[in-house]
Amino acid sequence: MDWIIKGTVLKFSDNIDTDQIYPGRYLELTDPKDIARHAMEGVDSSFLKRMKESTILIAGKNFGCGSSREHAVITLLHAGVKAVIAESFARIFFRNAINLGLPVLICPGISQGVEDGSLVEMNLTRGVMSVVESGSEIKMQKIPSNVAEILNKGGLIPYIRASIK
Amino acid sequence: MHALEKILAKASGRKKVQAGDIVTVAVDVAGINDLYLQVLQSFTKIGLPKVWDPDKVVFFFDHYAPAPTIKSASNQKEMRDFANSQGIKHVFDINSGVCHQVLVEAGLSLPGKIVVITDSHSTTHGALGAFGTGVGATDQAAILATGQTWMMVPEIISMRIEGEIPKGVSAKDIVLKIVGELGPSVAAYKGVEYLGETVKQLPLAERMVLCNMAVELGAKTAYIQPNQQVLEYLDAYQKDYELFETDPGFKYQAEHVFDVENLKPQVALPHSIDNVVPVEESGKKRIHQAFIGTCTGGRLADIKAAAEILKGKRIADGTRLIIMPASTKVLMEAINKGYLQTLLEAGATFSAPGCGPCLGTHQGILAPGEACITTSSRNFPGRMGSTEAEVYVASPATVAASALKGYLCDPREWME
Repeated sequence: MDWIIKGTVLKFSDNIDTDQIYPGRYLELTDPKDIARHAMEGVDSSFLKRMKESTILIAGKNFGCGSSREHAVITLLHAGVKAVIAESFARIFFRNAINLGLPVLICPGISQGVEDGSLVEMNLTRGVMSVVESGSEIKMQKIPSNVAEILNKGGLIPYIRASIK
Repeated sequence: MHALEKILAKASGRKKVQAGDIVTVAVDVAGINDLYLQVLQSFTKIGLPKVWDPDKVVFFFDHYAPAPTIKSASNQKEMRDFANSQGIKHVFDINSGVCHQVLVEAGLSLPGKIVVITDSHSTTHGALGAFGTGVGATDQAAILATGQTWMMVPEIISMRIEGEIPKGVSAKDIVLKIVGELGPSVAAYKGVEYLGETVKQLPLAERMVLCNMAVELGAKTAYIQPNQQVLEYLDAYQKDYELFETDPGFKYQAEHVFDVENLKPQVALPHSIDNVVPVEESGKKRIHQAFIGTCTGGRLADIKAAAEILKGKRIADGTRLIIMPASTKVLMEAINKGYLQTLLEAGATFSAPGCGPCLGTHQGILAPGEACITTSSRNFPGRMGSTEAEVYVASPATVAASALKGYLCDPREWME
């Protein structure tokens, strides 16, 4: 069966850094529920209010640049973000997301292709995203197979647990 | 192969690797700092009782040194208990300094080693000829369990630096110029090698600045071929390591050339590190705080540069100058050389070695409407406190001169 994620788009610009996704002053927090309360606080203080039941972030280039803090992924995941699609990602954020089971998809041209607030459907198996209203399809970059394996297992911890059994 | 590829080949037990290969490498140093209790939480979930090799695990208490809140104190306590129970000896507590400086001072950052730390500025260790890279908590937890991690062999781009470095200009100005020209993602997923005659002459501290800020270009890792001075520095530690060299004729994915002969002191304006202009064109912006410290700009040479500018003078009224040596060793040397006295007399405030205000956790965070000039490496909105504060990133000399005048100031007129 195809892996499908459907949700409403919240859009962000280029170079959204980890201090914006999760400000440094909250780094001492360790409970995911507490961490989730500060999602995107440094760039959009109304983010949590704007979140829909199912939210997909669409961003420009270099999303997640800056610090290695895993809080940046934990906060999005536990705030209820289902996936992030960006023109490109900073590498530590990308790894952290895969490791925690948050789908991150690279899709050049995505910032032009989709409006804020539109309902979209991602088919991760086929590597395409479609805008529900217009029916237009956008191709996403294929996830490397070793990365897909980790993501399919639900993240690095279940993946490692399975490998050391 | 490139030296970085040779390091990955050796660590993955292969004869040869090339860009794009996915390899599983054995990790030589797994460093965890005090932001990352999550590492232990993820390690517990993996379910193994013991770390793979306690001698290769290093703890650093630097981002909250000393702990400013009950929560950060509790996190540190849990990490100390874990290190104790696992028999981990390399624990650099709050009396040590910033992880990247401390690791080098301890002789644990060595040529040919795979150095993986839960900190993005782990690219710094390329200055020692190591493969240094930053990871998040769960990646590090998997390393604690298995001693290994997967990596894609990166494409490598070169930054050739040519020309004599002018008076008043330092590695910080050079790397700001590079980030300003090439942008914050030019090296995304790639390795950056700095080379050329100018780089060959650079002392270790300045090499560390270049490699440290490679991550602000997006880099996975950085590299500078160790010179005689670096190898002599390492001799004192009597450690085993293998020094790799890039094969003649290696093809870089891209080659950039920078002539620094006429370079002027540079500053990155708010709110991105590639928003770089010469300081003299920055319009005498009023500043409230000046900060000298961090893994980018808190070494002895940085404090010396500030002391030389501020000797016998007084910082401007209404301006605070916070100095946080990158390590206790740096602090002690600054005391011995008299820099501490000079700077205190000039009106500076010294703070315990660590990361502190660089990431807005404590020891000098900014109020709305304030402007700070800093020797650190990032000026994202809210990085040092309020999102309504402004952060200007520059060299230690520029920061000191700006503290003296109370506005962004080119340091050259204050230098002999």
